[in-house]
Amino acid sequence: MNPVNYLYLAALLFTIGAVGVLVRRNAIVLFMCVELMLNACNLALVTFSRLHGNLDGQIIAFFTMVVAAAEVVVGLAIIVSVFRTRHSASVDDTNLMKL
Amino acid sequence: MDNLIPVLVAVPLLGAALLLCGGRRLDRVGHLLGTFLAFASFGVGLALFFSMLGRSVDQRPIHDHLFTWIPVNGFQAEVGFQLDQLSMTFVLLITGVGSLIHLYSIGYMAHDEKRRRFFGYLNLFLAAMLLLVLADNYLLLYVGWEGVGLASYLLIGFWQHKPSAATAAKKAFLVNRVGDVGLSIAVMLMFTTFGTFAFTPVFADASKATQATQATLTGIGLMLLLAACGKSAQVPLQSWLGDAMEGPTPVSALIHAATMVTAGVYLITRSSAIFNQAPTAQLATVVVGAVTLLFGAIVGCAKDDIKKALAGSTMSQIGYMVLAAGLGPIGYVFAIMHLVTHGFFKAGLFLGAGSVMHGMNDEVDMRKYGGLAKYMKWTTVTFGLGYLAIIGVPPFSGFYTKDKIIEAAFGHGGTEGWILGTCAVIGAAVTAFYMTRVMLMTFFGEKRWADDADGHQPHPHESPKIMVIPMVLLAVGSVAGGFLFNWNDSFVRWLSPVTGVAEGNPPLNPTVIQILTGVVLVLGVAVAWMMYGRRPVPATPPLGSLLTRAARRDLLQDDFNHVVLVSGGSHLTRFLVYLEGKGLDGLVNGIAALVGGTSGRVRKIQNGYVRSYALSMFGGALVLAVTTLLMRAVA
Amino acid sequence: MSFPLLTVTAALPAVGAILTAALPAATDTRSRDRNKVVPLAFSLATLVLACVATARFTPGGPRFQLTEYHSWISQFGIGYSLGVDGIAVVLVLLTAVLVPFVMLASWHDADPVVDDRGTFERNRRTQGFFALILAVEAMVVISFEATDVFLFYVFFEAMLIPMYFLIGGFGDRTKGEDAKQRSYAAVKFLLYNLLGGLVMLAAVIGLYTRAHTFDLVSITTALQNGSLHFPPVVENALFLGFMFAFAVKAPLWPLHTWLPNAMGEATAGVAVLITAVVDKVGTYAMLRFCLNLFPEASKTFAPAILVLSVISILYGALLAVGQKDIKRLVAYASISHFGFIILGIFALTSQGQSGAALYMVNHGVSTAAWLLVAGFLMSRRGSRLIADYGGVQKVAPVLAGTFLVGGLAILSLPGLGPFVSEFLVLVGTFERYPALGIVATAGIVLAALYVLVLYQRTMTGPVKAGNEGVKDLKARELVVVAPLIAMLLVLGIYPKPIADIVNPSVNQTLSQVGRTDPAPHVVNAIGGGQ
Repeated sequence: MNPVNYLYLAALLFTIGAVGVLVRRNAIVLFMCVELMLNACNLALVTFSRLHGNLDGQIIAFFTMVVAAAEVVVGLAIIVSVFRTRHSASVDDTNLMKL
Repeated sequence: MDNLIPVLVAVPLLGAALLLCGGRRLDRVGHLLGTFLAFASFGVGLALFFSMLGRSVDQRPIHDHLFTWIPVNGFQAEVGFQLDQLSMTFVLLITGVGSLIHLYSIGYMAHDEKRRRFFGYLNLFLAAMLLLVLADNYLLLYVGWEGVGLASYLLIGFWQHKPSAATAAKKAFLVNRVGDVGLSIAVMLMFTTFGTFAFTPVFADASKATQATQATLTGIGLMLLLAACGKSAQVPLQSWLGDAMEGPTPVSALIHAATMVTAGVYLITRSSAIFNQAPTAQLATVVVGAVTLLFGAIVGCAKDDIKKALAGSTMSQIGYMVLAAGLGPIGYVFAIMHLVTHGFFKAGLFLGAGSVMHGMNDEVDMRKYGGLAKYMKWTTVTFGLGYLAIIGVPPFSGFYTKDKIIEAAFGHGGTEGWILGTCAVIGAAVTAFYMTRVMLMTFFGEKRWADDADGHQPHPHESPKIMVIPMVLLAVGSVAGGFLFNWNDSFVRWLSPVTGVAEGNPPLNPTVIQILTGVVLVLGVAVAWMMYGRRPVPATPPLGSLLTRAARRDLLQDDFNHVVLVSGGSHLTRFLVYLEGKGLDGLVNGIAALVGGTSGRVRKIQNGYVRSYALSMFGGALVLAVTTLLMRAVA
Repeated sequence: MSFPLLTVTAALPAVGAILTAALPAATDTRSRDRNKVVPLAFSLATLVLACVATARFTPGGPRFQLTEYHSWISQFGIGYSLGVDGIAVVLVLLTAVLVPFVMLASWHDADPVVDDRGTFERNRRTQGFFALILAVEAMVVISFEATDVFLFYVFFEAMLIPMYFLIGGFGDRTKGEDAKQRSYAAVKFLLYNLLGGLVMLAAVIGLYTRAHTFDLVSITTALQNGSLHFPPVVENALFLGFMFAFAVKAPLWPLHTWLPNAMGEATAGVAVLITAVVDKVGTYAMLRFCLNLFPEASKTFAPAILVLSVISILYGALLAVGQKDIKRLVAYASISHFGFIILGIFALTSQGQSGAALYMVNHGVSTAAWLLVAGFLMSRRGSRLIADYGGVQKVAPVLAGTFLVGGLAILSLPGLGPFVSEFLVLVGTFERYPALGIVATAGIVLAALYVLVLYQRTMTGPVKAGNEGVKDLKARELVVVAPLIAMLLVLGIYPKPIADIVNPSVNQTLSQVGRTDPAPHVVNAIGGGQ
């Protein structure tokens, strides 16, 4: 199978994730969309690794997974504490930084 | 002996320092201390005088260098004194008449709670004036010059609680400052031209003047004249003198007789080497002198305030001196001679006026005097002798000195000589008129006394002895001074080594001039007697002619100053304050508002929605990516 | 290695500032006064060191003395290099002299307001005030001592921070609209000076790109022996960059408008600190950096700057006449005086520059005397409007007398210090630019006008309602005023010692610029004739 197809898939997944981040308000959904974008990038990296015949892309993919895991931990903690104080998981309600 | 010169200045200066910083402890002895120090200074002056007399003529001037004041490369200002015949004359006049005025003030200011301060200021006045006449360079002279201005400010405004006194003091200082600008510029010109401003080298260089430096010398001369106008109350800087009468009367005597106004004449005479080389400056000087002597005389005729009438007279008499000084070597000696005799009789007249005020509950309006001769015999006699001296009745002192000036004015030669001589003769007639008027309105005629503001009836009485004694001594001086000075030409021989002397060539025989002067004198007295002696004097002033009304307002000088300088100046400042707020600050604040407004608009992008930020991130990333691709494509 | 006298002189107030700030908060009035003694002691110790530095300075010796050098950021040729010439050492002394007086005069200015119940407010505000003054002193002193352009720049800018807090935090009005005015003044001060500093930073970097060092001595030496040469365009641009910052600080018309606001809103003591100490860094830096680094550009721009100075002199004096507020009046008078100082610097004659250097000292002392006495008066009535006063000399003669003496110094009465310097400046200007000299001389009439008008309105006349209770000077206040007046007298009668320190440095600066005094005309005339 032509590896370029994987790249098309990665672009599709990334677009879905990006649109989700832009249009959804629920913080959990937003979060899942961000994960989708990260994984789309991973897929693209692995594909490139295969295309170019070296391991750099795969190594970066591992880094990305670690970062994503850390991000999930911190992000979920923030979402939970925001939900506890404001009783809402909508990102539009947390705009205290606005002047 | 030479090193006594600084002592002359130091003694009254010490008095001023002690009395002004000493506090209440000195209240009870302050006046005695001040008077003692003034007399001590006079004693030192006498000692120096006799030592000077003992030396041959070319050995008489002595110098005493104290220390270097401001050393900056070529600019070397020294503190050094020079005592020659001219300075000596002034020293004796200042300390002598000054001491008598101190003595008089003990009685006059007996009930003033700030008497100690008053004597401190008087001592300061003497010290500054002595510094002025003893300095051996123009910058040190400037110190004394401004010191005199300060002392006059403090004394004219001595009764600071009266707003009019405070205003008069401020006015005197400011007008004098205008003159001081002239002196500063003169010193700067000397420095840039000669590289020094000490008397000896400047005069030596000035007498070697070439065509090129002639213009500079004229400039220096005119600037010195401006300075002299300020201090000596000559037109156009005369306006402060009348208001200066707000000070206590001894102050008026001091300012008008011994110190302050004589400084201008001193400056011109001292700078004779410069003026001799600058005919234009000399011409300006005689014009100023002639105009002022008429101006002052006219003002003196219209004033009902006894002190202001005398002030007009001072202005006029100083005008004579400035005129004489402007005539060059034919006039210098007579200017100084008139200055000295004037010092005696004017001090006597002012102290007499003070004595009258003392007896009349501080009333100054002559229309409310009358018939005082019976009640104040000593005052009448001494005042009368001063009166005879000032109008120039022979053989009183004014006769000798004023006639010499009139002769010198004619002796200037040509049309100018005629004009100046005529002015001087007219001045003499007017002087006779207004002084007779003062005399008649004050001491003769019927009583026109009025109650003062608190309803007290005046009880005129002779002043205490301590005030009468100085008046008597001054009267003796005004009677005998002229005669002594003219005896064997003693004064001319004394002073001529410093100022030089020359014979004028009057178009008329001197005897003719004397007769002419005598005739106008009688005329002036007669007219005054017709108007004020024969007829009763109305207690309220009649409306009078246009000229009289103008003269009562000092010939509209203050009105002119007010319209042009005061209100013009205040409009200018108000405009500038407005400009500062709206213009400069407005510009800056405008820029600030612009920046603020712009950022307010840009701020709206920060709306607080995560997705909006995310969109801009995506947009940014997209732009970057597209740009990169395009760059690659182009490359 | 010898004792680092200059570093210690600058570091002592800095240490004092930190210590003062760290003192435990006062619990009652007595412990608060005790807390104030610490900064006062530090400022006095600094004064002693400054005196030692002046005594160890040899006039006519090497240009920079008591030098210290340590490498700092060697990659950019930035060094910690200190050294003083005659002008700098005199100004360090001036700063060290004035700060203790300012502290003593402001003794109660920063005390917290005691509320109606009389409870004692426990906070560190008061000692913060004194710590900030010491911090300003430290930075000003090191600015005078720095011979490295970058080092100078750092402290030139850094002194804005404590000044900002002093102006904004301790004015004499505390509530509502007035507090707003004060913070406006503080922000205006900061923005003006930051803008100036920014332009200067660009010029500092520009200087480095050409000279590859920040060391003043090496740059001037290189300029003199020709190994370094600026193209005229570059030199002019760099000169303007430096000059802009200093003209804001000094301040020169039309960059002056921050000064009246700042001085009007600050307490009298802080106002003295601004005009007598901090602003001197601006005029001093013109002498030290503008003239030495850019001699050609200085000559090119001198006429324009002189015209601006003369405008400053007359404009400041005229606006002073029109003020209703005592402190703003003093501020405009200062603008007029700074005009004289800059006039003297850029006339490029030895009389003018020696006069300018002396003027900095005299202006510091005379303004301190005048404004601190005015501050005592204002603290008695709590108002700074001229119209609220009248007839004070009747109830407080000593206060009125000292106020008059201070005013007479401001109007340059001979016998007091400022006369000497003002006359030197005028002579120095007149030598080269007679017309400007004559116009500037008119300033002395205007000075007499604003001083005497202020005196007349506040002190003379009948006692105005509300002034009956004005008390005469207290012992503490006399201790402040009497030495200042004594200094004015000494500076006026015997300025030779200071002139002797300053003159050689002035001559060195002028030879760097390549200007000599014009010779007297008559010598030319006679010489030409023979």
